[in-house]
Amino acid sequence: MICYSIFQTVMLKLPSWAQDLKDTFYLNFIMKKRYLYLVNGLLTTLKITLFAVLLGIALGIIAAIIRSTYDKTANEMRMGFGKTVLSILNAIVKVYLTVIRGTPVVVQLMITYYIIFATSKNSVLVAVLAFGFNSGAYVAEIIRSGIMSIDNGQFEAGRSLGFNYIQTMVYIIIPQAFKNVLPALANEFIVLIKETSVSGYVGIMDLTRGGDVIRSRTYTAFMPLIAVALIYLVIVIFFSRLVSVLERRLRNSER
Amino acid sequence: MNDNDVLISVSNLSKHYNKGAIKALDNISTEIRRGEVVVIIGPSGSGKSTFLRSLNLLERPTEGVITFEGVDITSPKTDINVLRMKMGMVFQHFNLFPHLSIMDNMTLAPVKLLKMSKSDAKAKAQALLEKVALGDRGNSYPSQLSGGQKQRVAIVRALCMSPDVLLFDEPTSALDPEMVGEVLDVMKDLAKDGMTMVVVTHEMGFAREVGTRVIFMDEGRIVEEGTPDEIFTDPSNERLKAFLAKVL
Repeated sequence: MICYSIFQTVMLKLPSWAQDLKDTFYLNFIMKKRYLYLVNGLLTTLKITLFAVLLGIALGIIAAIIRSTYDKTANEMRMGFGKTVLSILNAIVKVYLTVIRGTPVVVQLMITYYIIFATSKNSVLVAVLAFGFNSGAYVAEIIRSGIMSIDNGQFEAGRSLGFNYIQTMVYIIIPQAFKNVLPALANEFIVLIKETSVSGYVGIMDLTRGGDVIRSRTYTAFMPLIAVALIYLVIVIFFSRLVSVLERRLRNSER
Repeated sequence: MNDNDVLISVSNLSKHYNKGAIKALDNISTEIRRGEVVVIIGPSGSGKSTFLRSLNLLERPTEGVITFEGVDITSPKTDINVLRMKMGMVFQHFNLFPHLSIMDNMTLAPVKLLKMSKSDAKAKAQALLEKVALGDRGNSYPSQLSGGQKQRVAIVRALCMSPDVLLFDEPTSALDPEMVGEVLDVMKDLAKDGMTMVVVTHEMGFAREVGTRVIFMDEGRIVEEGTPDEIFTDPSNERLKAFLAKVL
C-alpha cells in the first residue's frame, strides 16, 4: 500500500520531461499494439539465427574435416581415386571459403533471395540458408583451428588402436577440438544474431526492421531504435552467460 | 625355431627425408619372433623411434617390406587398420584421451572396432586395471592421474585389444624417476606372460634383465644385435662400446 501511494505521488508530480518520455513511450509501443513489431521481430530474428547456426555448424564441421584431412594426409596418400576425390572436395571447400568470406553478407543474402531462390515465397527459409552458408565458412575455419590444436599424439594413439581416419576424427579429435573452440563458436553465434539485422533488405520483419517500422509510423527515432539496441544487448549478454556456464561444465568433466 | 614363429619380418627398410638427403633408416633387416622381448637402444637421432613407428606404419617407409603375421603391410592393398588392432602401441607421452574417463579410454576401441559388448569390454578393462593396481580409477579422468599411472593405463588400454605384439616408444622417458619402476614392473610382468614386445628405451637395466634380444642402432642402421649378455658384457663394436661407456 505504501509503495502504491508513493508511486501515485511520483506519477502525479511528473516533471514535464518525464511526461514527454511517457507520452513517446505510449506512442511508440502501446498505441496500436506497436510493441508487437518488436516481439514478432525478435522471434523471427531468433528463428533465423538458431537454424542458421545449426546449418553453419554442420557445414563448418564437414568443411573443416575436408580441409584438415587434405592438409594432413594429401602428401602421404598414393595417387588414386581417394586422392582425386579429396583434392576436388578440398578445392570446392576452398572456393566456398574464399567467396563467402570475401563478400558482404548483405550481398550474399540478396543474391540468395533475388537470384538463387527468386521463386521462393518463404523469405525466412531463404535467410536461414544464406546466413547458414555464411556462418559455415567462419565456423569451418574455427573448427579447423581446433582440430589443428589437438596434439598429433592423440591422432596417432587413435590410429594405433586400429581406428581409421574418420573414426579417429569422430571419436577422439572432434570432441576435444569442439571443447577448445567453444568460446570462438559462441562468439560466432553472437555475431550471427547481430548480422541477421540486415534481413530487412529482403523484406523480412526481423527485430531491426520492426523497430524501423515503428520509427516510420511515429516519426520518432529515439525510442524504437534504443529499444531495439537494448533487446540485442540483453540477448547477447544472456547467451554469453549461457556459454560460460557450459564451458565450465565441460571443463569440470575433465579435471 | 621355425619360420612360423616369425611375427614381424623387416627387409631392407629405409626411410628418407628431403629426397634421400637424410636417411633416418638405412636398409634395415631383422625379424621379430613370437614371445621375444626385443629392446632397441642407441643414441638419440639413431632412428630407433622411426624404426618402431614404421612397424605399424605410423611412419611410412620409403623403401623395403614389412610383413606382419605373413601379410605384407606395406602393400597398398593391405588394410592397415585391421592389422593395427593386433599391434598395440605405447607412447612416450601416454596419449590417453583426456575427454574420456579411464574406463572409456580402454573400452572405446574394443567396443567400436572389435564389436565387443559394452559390459564385456568393461569387465575385461576392469580386470586389466586391477592387474596394474588401478582397479579403483576407472571413473577418473587422465588429468587426475600421475605420469606413472597414466602410462600403466596406456599399456592396459593397448592390451584391451588383445594384441599379438606390443610396441613401446620410450615408455619411461617422460616419467619422473620414482615412477619409472612401476611402469617397468608392468612391462616385466607382461614379458613373463609371454607377450611379444618391441621396446625402444634408455633403461639399460630393463634391456639387460628382461630383453631376450638387444638391437643397437646408430645413424639409421642396426650396428649390433645379440643377447643382452653379448651386447652388455662383451661388446665388440667400437660405437657400441662408446655408447655403453656413456650410459652405463
